[in-house]
Amino acid sequence: MDERDMIWAELELPPLSRAGVALFAGGSGDHNPVHIDIDAARSAGFDDVFGQGMLSMALLGRLLTSRSDPRALRSFGARFEAPFRIGDILLMRAVVAQRFVQSGEKCVRLMLSGTARKVTILSGEAVVAEGDMQ
Amino acid sequence: MGMLDRSLVGTALPVVEAEVEKSQLRLFAKAIGLTDPIFVDAAAARAAGYRDLVAPPTFLFGLNLEAHGEAIPALEALGGELSRALHGKQDFAYHALVCAGDRITFHDTVVDVYEKAGGRLEFFETQSRATNQHGLHVADMRMTIVLRHG
Repeated sequence: MDERDMIWAELELPPLSRAGVALFAGGSGDHNPVHIDIDAARSAGFDDVFGQGMLSMALLGRLLTSRSDPRALRSFGARFEAPFRIGDILLMRAVVAQRFVQSGEKCVRLMLSGTARKVTILSGEAVVAEGDMQ
Repeated sequence: MGMLDRSLVGTALPVVEAEVEKSQLRLFAKAIGLTDPIFVDAAAARAAGYRDLVAPPTFLFGLNLEAHGEAIPALEALGGELSRALHGKQDFAYHALVCAGDRITFHDTVVDVYEKAGGRLEFFETQSRATNQHGLHVADMRMTIVLRHG
């Protein structure tokens, strides 16, 4: 299996906009003002507002469901490594790390990453049951 | 010495619940550019064999915040300030699909409080067990919040 075969899914997003961050605040229930109010961001010691960690993780979730039935998702975790800044063009990638059998079903373990400006914004892992793959 | 109340480790938070609303699912999908009809079109979701609009994989995190009065679970009880809080890590384990119309109950517990970088960073972790209106265990979440001190 060469390296290309190991890429399970990949997606590059448009630059992160302030409107996108505000929309996610409304859509997700995360109303922390550091993400939507530049005054709150500055008083908390940041130069500008920035994307929610859960926005970047929701986007990784979109990458997963672009290839998998949501019912096939067994676990999904992410670590938020660097701020998701306004203007960041997030390149998301899911790479096959392992195929294995868990509770009698064939699963794939994916290593996930979201990078922008050559910085890892978030990294993670997911387990997807392959029997239900679309 | 950390600022968070370590005596709360092992403590269960008040049980909260919230309904998965279609309009909220559509807004969530719009915010992340999710256009697959099973997430935005109830008729299409049913035609594809789902009970109703499907909740995307991380939707329950925000529903849990909403159920806690639009607040990060345990932050206030532990004595943490929102302006110092960052999300460090988030994990989900899935047991059953969540769809529009489901009523989700969250049993949240503070599972750890610790510090790093000589106390400049303080962490807490919560575990959340989510069940639906039929008592079916749908998911577990584990959240790590980082507080920046100084």
